[in-house]
Amino acid sequence: MRALTAILLVVGTAGISGAAEIHAPAQTTAGNAITIATSGSGDATFYLIGPASALKQKVQAGAGIPVDSGQLERAGRYVAVLCASDGCASTSFFVNPAAANRLSLLVHPSRVPVGRTNGISTVAFVFDNFHNLALKSEPVKFSILAKDAKEISANRDSENGVAWVRISSARKEGPVRIGAAIGHANEVRVVQQVAADACNLRIKASRVKNAFLVETDPVRDCSGNPVPDGTVVSFTKSDAGGKTTVDVPIKRGVARVEMPVEGGARISVASGVVTGNELEVAGGQ
Amino acid sequence: MKSGLSIVLAAITVVLVAVAWFQSGGAERRETLSASTPDQAVRLMLSQIRARNFDAAYARLANRSDVDKNAFVREFNGSYGSLLTYASLEKFDVAGLRTSGDEATVRAHLLYSTAVGPLDDTRDLKLRREGGTWKVLWPVNTAPKLPPQVIPVNYLRWDVINRGAGDDWGVQNVDSPQVRVISMNAIQRPDSVVLVGEVVNEDSVPAYVNVGATLLDPSGNEIAQESSFDKISHTLLPKQVSPYRIDFPHMRLEKVKSVRMDTKALLVAASADPVIEVNQQKLETDPLGKKILSGQLLNQSGQTVNIPHVIAAYYDSNGKVIWVSDGYVAQALLPQVPVSFAVDLPPDIAKNVQTYRVVVNHYDTNSQS
Repeated sequence: MRALTAILLVVGTAGISGAAEIHAPAQTTAGNAITIATSGSGDATFYLIGPASALKQKVQAGAGIPVDSGQLERAGRYVAVLCASDGCASTSFFVNPAAANRLSLLVHPSRVPVGRTNGISTVAFVFDNFHNLALKSEPVKFSILAKDAKEISANRDSENGVAWVRISSARKEGPVRIGAAIGHANEVRVVQQVAADACNLRIKASRVKNAFLVETDPVRDCSGNPVPDGTVVSFTKSDAGGKTTVDVPIKRGVARVEMPVEGGARISVASGVVTGNELEVAGGQ
Repeated sequence: MKSGLSIVLAAITVVLVAVAWFQSGGAERRETLSASTPDQAVRLMLSQIRARNFDAAYARLANRSDVDKNAFVREFNGSYGSLLTYASLEKFDVAGLRTSGDEATVRAHLLYSTAVGPLDDTRDLKLRREGGTWKVLWPVNTAPKLPPQVIPVNYLRWDVINRGAGDDWGVQNVDSPQVRVISMNAIQRPDSVVLVGEVVNEDSVPAYVNVGATLLDPSGNEIAQESSFDKISHTLLPKQVSPYRIDFPHMRLEKVKSVRMDTKALLVAASADPVIEVNQQKLETDPLGKKILSGQLLNQSGQTVNIPHVIAAYYDSNGKVIWVSDGYVAQALLPQVPVSFAVDLPPDIAKNVQTYRVVVNHYDTNSQS
């Protein structure tokens, strides 16, 4: 008897109140507040389900529901649902990214040999203030500032939130600053341009006491850049006493080693896969 | 009845004690106590060294006045954090070479158990008969001692600051070094397939390198995967080349269609010091008839190298790497003091060797790299 009374009351209430409706703008921009219109009357529950958040609050059907800008920062499809005593109604709308104002700049590699064509890859991802990828095409300004050189810049339009440019490394070693700018964002990365493989690697020998001091000429790459200190140069000597090998790091541009020599000896040099000249020396001379 | 049980128990006890005595090498010790032959004298001394009874072993020397006791102990116990400080004499073989009157020569083959695996050492020991007892003439250590001095070292050192955990996505990091396998040669050995070759650090920063390989069958399926483990110099300075060797035990080359190489390189802090010179490298035959590559290591820096590790690449007349062998050196490398090394290579490969190259890897207990 009690259950039957309760069912009659709910059906009666629904009939009196009428069906609730909900209307949202078709689209809006991230970070903007909106008001969602509703119809009907009585207490209702409002749900807002977005790409990265969900919201539930008690509202009055028939009144506009204000949605705070903080609830609409993520771009994407949102679904608004209003559940009143007579059932639920829903609508969906899109939040578009705001104006591009942030960048993530990926520059690869962090070290590149000089003279490498298209050796530096520079990719800018364009975002709005709320980390939404700005899919609308926007011009991104790329700039290159090498040491002791004027800045070079070029604009590239982003496609689907991404703009990129390939850069060849200079002939001269040293750091190069690569930047990308859009809106208030200006990101800079530094790429170290390093000397390429040694070129025309040459050694000379001079007598010191009972040994030979073997040293390279200043080790440079084919563009004339000094090969960095610490780069290994391998000396090999073959004489009557057997073979001697020493891996010596370049120090102040030159690699040197002292080698005792028995009788005649042949001394050669290499650095990585690059070989240099050979010397024939005589221990007795 | 009671007395019978007592006799049986006593007999069992005697038998068990006798078995334990034999098991613990008592018979061997008893045999060598007399040292009435050169072999017995060496066996006695080595047994005492194995039992770490260095006082008794030292007492077996004929030339105690010339041999410092501490130096003698260090030859077996190691020093300066050398490999022997993490080792123990596991077993030995002794073979008489010649006896002439009161003098004899005995070859002792020592096998140490070390932190990096077994370590062989073969020594020809001279002996002298004093009265009725043979005693060992221990070779006097003539290694030069470096006078106290300051050795200025100003080689480069590389430190690395990586991207922080709190940095935003897209913030630039320092890239891993560029390394490249410059040669690879697959060889069928009697019990395994072996890959040998060389890898170079092409970058301008140091790299920690490991080379792995996967063998694929004609269908492209993986049939084995191994890495070079310690048969490579892992830390490569810019433009440094290291040999590597990867062993695939119980594998046949006929089953292999292709090989997939996998080179991993990490950017690591490193120092260009120490520089180790490898002198007097020679291919020769050792007293046991094995083909070896011998030479001397000379530490040119002022820092002690605790455990040197020698890796040798052998090339044929076409410049192709045909073998890679390696060996740990038992002694630490003190500054400017030469230390001998030898690594063996298979005789069938030795006959094709045209030239070779040796690199020295090192493990240092106080390393800052």
